[in-house]
Amino acid sequence: MAIIETTGLTYTYPTGTKLSLQDVSITVERGEFVVLTGPSGCGKTTLCRCFNGLVPHFYGGKLEGNVAVAGLKVGDHSIYELARHIGLVFQNPENQLFALSVEKDVAFGLENLGIPRSNIRQQVDWALEITGITGLRERPPHELSGGQQQRVAIACVLAMQPDVMILDEPTSFIDPVGAQKIFDVINELNKKLGITVILVEHRLDLASKYADHVIVMDEGKVVLDGEPRDVFSSDSARLIGVGIPKATRLYQVLKERGVPLKRVPVNSEEASQLLREVLTHDRG
Amino acid sequence: MIEVKDVYFTYPNGVEALSGVSLSIRDGEFIAIMGQNGAGKTTLVKHINGLLKPTKGEVSVDGVSTQKVSVAKLSRKVGFVFQNPDHQLFCETVEDEVAFALQNFGFKEQLIKKRVTWALSLLNLTQYRQSSPFMLSGGERKRVALASVLAWNPDVVILDEPTIGQDYQQKEKLRQFIVQLNTQGKTVIIVTHDVEFVAECNPHVILMAQGKIMAEGGAKETLTNRSLVTQAFIVPPQISQIFFELSDLKLPTNVIDVYDARKVLLDRLEVSS
Repeated sequence: MAIIETTGLTYTYPTGTKLSLQDVSITVERGEFVVLTGPSGCGKTTLCRCFNGLVPHFYGGKLEGNVAVAGLKVGDHSIYELARHIGLVFQNPENQLFALSVEKDVAFGLENLGIPRSNIRQQVDWALEITGITGLRERPPHELSGGQQQRVAIACVLAMQPDVMILDEPTSFIDPVGAQKIFDVINELNKKLGITVILVEHRLDLASKYADHVIVMDEGKVVLDGEPRDVFSSDSARLIGVGIPKATRLYQVLKERGVPLKRVPVNSEEASQLLREVLTHDRG
Repeated sequence: MIEVKDVYFTYPNGVEALSGVSLSIRDGEFIAIMGQNGAGKTTLVKHINGLLKPTKGEVSVDGVSTQKVSVAKLSRKVGFVFQNPDHQLFCETVEDEVAFALQNFGFKEQLIKKRVTWALSLLNLTQYRQSSPFMLSGGERKRVALASVLAWNPDVVILDEPTIGQDYQQKEKLRQFIVQLNTQGKTVIIVTHDVEFVAECNPHVILMAQGKIMAEGGAKETLTNRSLVTQAFIVPPQISQIFFELSDLKLPTNVIDVYDARKVLLDRLEVSS
């Protein structure tokens, strides 16, 4: 069942001179792990803002076409109604965090939804635990490192247990091992709790192994939309500006020299297995 | 020449961020500082342009201690691009932003125009000349911050997480640009978590952990050293992971780049066929 559906979405910011989105029609199924990627400035963040109603309710501007999230038409529902279904982790955590302690920041969204105090405690504890920041609960968010702030931002959204979580480059300030942990957490939320995940990411080396759906945008349009393997192996001209995984890149450069691998690998495990076949076969 | 001599630094809140760091960087070197969040990377580079002064020890740039010159004077020589562009940008238009430091340094109006045009085109921002930096995307704002520092042409360029929010194409441009700066004899220091970017740039790598330097060496050696990489909380480049998984086939293990990988694999296939 589709949890997000857009048809013919076209949008211009009030001060913008060009279309930020052009005729975007996509479907995200409930429970999917979607990676949304494309060159910087291609409209990824704008599209995400349409999902939770920031566009057009907060940003204004001219929105044509339809967006529906969890069966609600975004244009007809307020941001706070949509917030029960869809949570957005901002690209820059500083734009999201404001309370004097981590705990208060994480509790804020729940308080606004009018959830009973004891449940708030429980959900805050849970979100802090999962994101590995229980030790920071009394600390002021603005004193934390960029990576720690990003975890807090994720915890804030996670605590509300939304149907859909949008994460806009949620690990850009975090070291790779920390990033891997965050991706593992997101993956667990997706697989165990069935939360639909939309991950905006340039670092496909790290992210693509979790994805079951990849959407590539360019200049406000969707240019590729499908399973990771199909998307990464498609016409490379359309992948300009997209950092496909190095494992896939290796497949391409080997193919150029007449060494085809049986399948398109999207991660190191698959690549090494396929290479092993070629290397050991040729020997035998 | 940058000399860091047994530097300790404690923040006002009592956190010791550097615990005895010694390092010398020659003119024209290309350095990547890597390590876990909180390892002290940003604290270290903030010492190089004098934003922070050591609690103990000494940092000197071209023989002059950072204690003895103002940040304003030092920044003419050492340009610093912050991790978060929003800490740096404040002007109404992109053009004003890039011109700001040049005006402060007392450059002539005509030269300012020239430099701004040069920096904007270099970072693919010409079309945004009259835009407000705050209307741009995260990746674009990051490039404005870069342009505003590169415009005054400092001898040492420090880039704190330059690839954040950048797509592959922009990263590739940034890589070419850094290499170009470096061949012009500039010292380039990047602080980064982006191991794939480092694998493509091939700089001298300094690994930090808990306020100390734990290792340094070429990118190929450091990033393929499994125990070092684990201690520094780095995920090895994907190509090196592939070669590690194939280590029983007696392939070389210090491969981090796609094209090196292809060469090694083609050589092996040719020998065996």
